[in-house]
Amino acid sequence: MEATISSIIAAAAPLVYATMGETISEKSGVINLSLEGSLRLSAMTGFVVAFWADTAFAGFVAAAAVGALIAAIIAYGNIKLKINQIAIGFILALLAIDLASFFGDSFVGVRGEQVPPLPIPLLEDIPFFGKVLFDHNLVVYGSFVAIAVTSWYFYRTRGGLNLQGIGERPEGAFARGVPVNLLRTVYTVLGGAMVGIAGASYSLDVKLGWRETLTLNLGWIALAIVIFGGWHPVRVALGCYLFGALQIAAFHLQDVFPGIAQVLPIAPFPLMILALVLVSAGWFLALGERFPKLRGWLVLQPPGAIGTIFERE
Amino acid sequence: MTARSTNRFVPTVVALAYALLVAMVLLALAGAPPIEALLRIVDGSLGSWDRVAATLLAWSPLVLASAGLVVTFAAGMWNIGVEGQIIMGAIAASWVAREVSADAAILVLATIVAGAVGGALWALLAGVLRTHGGVNEIFGGLGLDFLAAGIAIYLVIGPWKRQGVASTSGTEIFPDASFMPTMELFGADIPIVAVTLAILGTVGVYFLLRGTRFGLRLKAVGRSPRSAFIIGIPNNAYILSAFLVGGALAGVAGTVQVTGFHHKLVPAISGGYGFLGILVVLLAGFSAKWIGPIALFFIVVSAGSTQLELRLDLDSSFGGVLLGVIVLFVVFGTAFSQQRAKRRADTAGAEP
Amino acid sequence: MALELRDIHKHFGPVRANDGVTLTVEPGTLHGLLGENGAGKSTLMKVLSGFIEADAGEVVLDGDALALRSPADAIASGIGMLHQDPLVFLPFSVLDNFLLASPGAARLNRNEGRAELERMSAELGFSFDPSRTARSLTVGERQQLEITRLLWLGAKVLILDEPTTGISEIQREQLFDTLRRLARDGLIVIFVSHKLEEVEDLCESVTVMRSGKVVGEADMPVPAAQLVEMMFGRMIEEPDRPLSLAGPVAITLDSIDVRQGTTDISGLTLEVGAGEVIGLAGLEGSGQRTFLEALAGIVSVDGGTITMEGTDLTKRSYRDRLAAGVHYLPAGRLEEGLVEGLTIEEHVALTMPGQDFFLDWDAAERNSAASIDTYSIRGRPDSPAESLSGGNQQRLLLAMMPDELRLLLMEHPTRGLDIESADYVWTRILDRRPDGTAIVFASADIDELLRYADRIIVFFSGSVLRVLGAPETDGEALGYLIGGTERT
Repeated sequence: MEATISSIIAAAAPLVYATMGETISEKSGVINLSLEGSLRLSAMTGFVVAFWADTAFAGFVAAAAVGALIAAIIAYGNIKLKINQIAIGFILALLAIDLASFFGDSFVGVRGEQVPPLPIPLLEDIPFFGKVLFDHNLVVYGSFVAIAVTSWYFYRTRGGLNLQGIGERPEGAFARGVPVNLLRTVYTVLGGAMVGIAGASYSLDVKLGWRETLTLNLGWIALAIVIFGGWHPVRVALGCYLFGALQIAAFHLQDVFPGIAQVLPIAPFPLMILALVLVSAGWFLALGERFPKLRGWLVLQPPGAIGTIFERE
Repeated sequence: MTARSTNRFVPTVVALAYALLVAMVLLALAGAPPIEALLRIVDGSLGSWDRVAATLLAWSPLVLASAGLVVTFAAGMWNIGVEGQIIMGAIAASWVAREVSADAAILVLATIVAGAVGGALWALLAGVLRTHGGVNEIFGGLGLDFLAAGIAIYLVIGPWKRQGVASTSGTEIFPDASFMPTMELFGADIPIVAVTLAILGTVGVYFLLRGTRFGLRLKAVGRSPRSAFIIGIPNNAYILSAFLVGGALAGVAGTVQVTGFHHKLVPAISGGYGFLGILVVLLAGFSAKWIGPIALFFIVVSAGSTQLELRLDLDSSFGGVLLGVIVLFVVFGTAFSQQRAKRRADTAGAEP
Repeated sequence: MALELRDIHKHFGPVRANDGVTLTVEPGTLHGLLGENGAGKSTLMKVLSGFIEADAGEVVLDGDALALRSPADAIASGIGMLHQDPLVFLPFSVLDNFLLASPGAARLNRNEGRAELERMSAELGFSFDPSRTARSLTVGERQQLEITRLLWLGAKVLILDEPTTGISEIQREQLFDTLRRLARDGLIVIFVSHKLEEVEDLCESVTVMRSGKVVGEADMPVPAAQLVEMMFGRMIEEPDRPLSLAGPVAITLDSIDVRQGTTDISGLTLEVGAGEVIGLAGLEGSGQRTFLEALAGIVSVDGGTITMEGTDLTKRSYRDRLAAGVHYLPAGRLEEGLVEGLTIEEHVALTMPGQDFFLDWDAAERNSAASIDTYSIRGRPDSPAESLSGGNQQRLLLAMMPDELRLLLMEHPTRGLDIESADYVWTRILDRRPDGTAIVFASADIDELLRYADRIIVFFSGSVLRVLGAPETDGEALGYLIGGTERT
């Protein structure tokens, strides 16, 4: 049991990075639709650079840079050139997927670097929680930090409050002196960097190695989880773990329901659609008004100005 | 109309030039002689009549999907669900191919109709989610894409599985009568029906948007929903109609994939033509006129780049890279020149 | 600590929104800024609050010239602006709205923030529940929150832009008390309004703007007549008004209630004759648009009935009313009438009669050539709508009107048009009257109202103030009414 939960947490770590990054980006109002491609390209880049440099760390840095670069292109195109976020994101997704295949081709099947295990002494001996939480490596511990920091930043800092304001009503934030477009760029690029780290986590840790199907559909799934989790870091993270659990469940159920492993990755999407319908119908809003204490947990509204271009006047 | 096309033409050509330059650089980086690589690509897709036939067979569903996307884009919709619509069309066509026994001509016609219906209904679902469920068609469409893919996989390894071993390589081959007819020319099987469908689709969309009340009103809805409302156009009805038409065309693309190419149902039945179609339409400036030639360009490049793998030991995804770079550059290039023109107009209007 | 605006210039294209505006406000003063729509008040306030940059001129506060390139600069200089519709973040809590973008430590201490909110609001006489959402607050409460926040941030200049639209009497009195207290404490308060009574009640001095310039400055009290004259200009001799062609009653409004946003019309009864012209007067946002949309069927009435030539239209949708002979021309020609990107020919084709599936482009070509000719539209059939000037866009919209019309609803039909185009538009509109078409139009131009309307409905603060016959009134009286008072 412990081993199962432990492996779910480890396997979901990359998805956590990716969704935290996308949550930050979307919270500020910018949708990064290129996730599927960013994830692959950064995974490949991370693997290759780690291979050449003989250290996984270099791979992570390179991967983060790739993710950040792709996000920067989206930010520039959307904010400076007023191009639709969906259009750029989509083009970059397909382009990055092919770039990853193209340059990564010669590295398929190669044994590369790996993130070493790093159980935390003393803490790993705690019954149950020790094995589940503290017998992992830096990547997984980093994912915990990512959730904690993102959540803390959103809800406990000034910067985080301003970030929410930018995504909700940029004119209002601007009127209060917040540099909307500058911050949107920063957060989008930061989100992209985290997506890059997620990619490296796949090729250098969870799945080890590079092949085209390494992160199959996980980029799209990340997008769905962010929506399903209502742009709230903790709920989104829970969504990642839930998905991880579903994957493990599917694996074990292979014998009973053959092929379920292929079908199960579909699951986040009907859930996402359901969540969107309910949000649109105002259910959660009404519940939030009735129970103000729970509001933080119930609100599934997208940031009010998500996907829009902010123009000064 | 003319003013707008010239606005796009020059930056597009400039962007294309830059894109080709980048492609050359990428090829050089990968250690391949650029000119030879490009020649191999053309050879790989058009070098023999067999290859031409294969190119045409890939061109047809791409054109059909793109034509459908032109309609949904005209309504202002980002029909990301197009992949799922192709798949559902393919599934419907497969059902007919398996279950219905009839003469070849009738059967083929039935598969085409089934494909259209399957795709149309799946698209309608995305449309209704948008108009009545408030679900953005991008994420609704994405979700439905995966749902359709899941249904296809389920059918392939479940109820429709091959005798003996369930395999994700597909169902059994469908009966001969369902095969989309080809015509023998110069020793190759030219997919004449598929090509005809593609041409009919494009021409049909062109005239739908240019020559009908429906098309003009749809354009109004897509460009300015509020003005369309004031004029008295029922926006939702038009949006849903656009999804129906777009989905039907995508569904027929699915039929071509099933009865014209694979002759069975496989999980990856859509061939990625839905998403590729979005790139085609972006490059074509959302107009039906250009999707034929641009789609051909896309197929030539992607089909031809499989040759790169064989001859120059380069991954065949180079084709996709080239296409992606071109679309990216063109989109950025046109936006850049638009912004520059706008800025000039603003300062020009100013008076001291 | 005085605030000085020196020779501010700002233009948008050929329009001179601020044409050399100079004004000084002493500390501790409640200063009113009066003017009708388009006078330049909002532009001036946007310059002052850093939203837009002036082309020329200086803003000096307490002897220091301020560089106001963005709202951040304005805030740093102590200038706070309260918008007519306060820019609150609806889903966030009151406390978060209070704290957003405030300076301070990176870590947000909400307990401290809550204490500050309580302290500031107590000082001002307000009270808030910090955990409620901003969405649940009324407009008046949102204003109070914004004022609390601006003062907490140390505003030395407080600008209020038409603050009393949409708030209750009690809230207004509270607001005025607060403002008086703030002025006593040494703040500069600039009160932008068009409401004469309130300016008379509250302000110690007033500046009047018209057409981008300052046309008058005075210390209160000033006779209202003088204010009206400054705001609207000397009334020219009324030119010949066209003979009224009002015929038998065609449209009846029976005790209708319309409640939407800040509009609250109750129990309005009106009989409109065929071929009659009704003008809707009042400052923008006083309810005219909502009234027009209620007639059009875009906004539903909450009570009463609308009958047109015997048919009950009350429950009918907008499209049904279009079919019944109603036509609506909103003010935003490109945003709510013409489709950007479509050409003149395509617009004509869109509204050509006929239900065939296939478009007869030959007919469209002929019709658009005819329309261009008939309506003297400066443009070619293939000119896209956005390339036409405002006057020509309006002509195109007129050309798109159906032949048979029972009721024509127009919002600002001649806004932004030169005299020649405006005259032309009115000639075409009045041409409809012999067919029995009733015309209801909203306008900010008193001359236009007096000249063309048979009757005028004056809107003020969201409801109907008066219905009067145009020949029986004059510009001055209308000016008073628009400002919310009667001429005595």
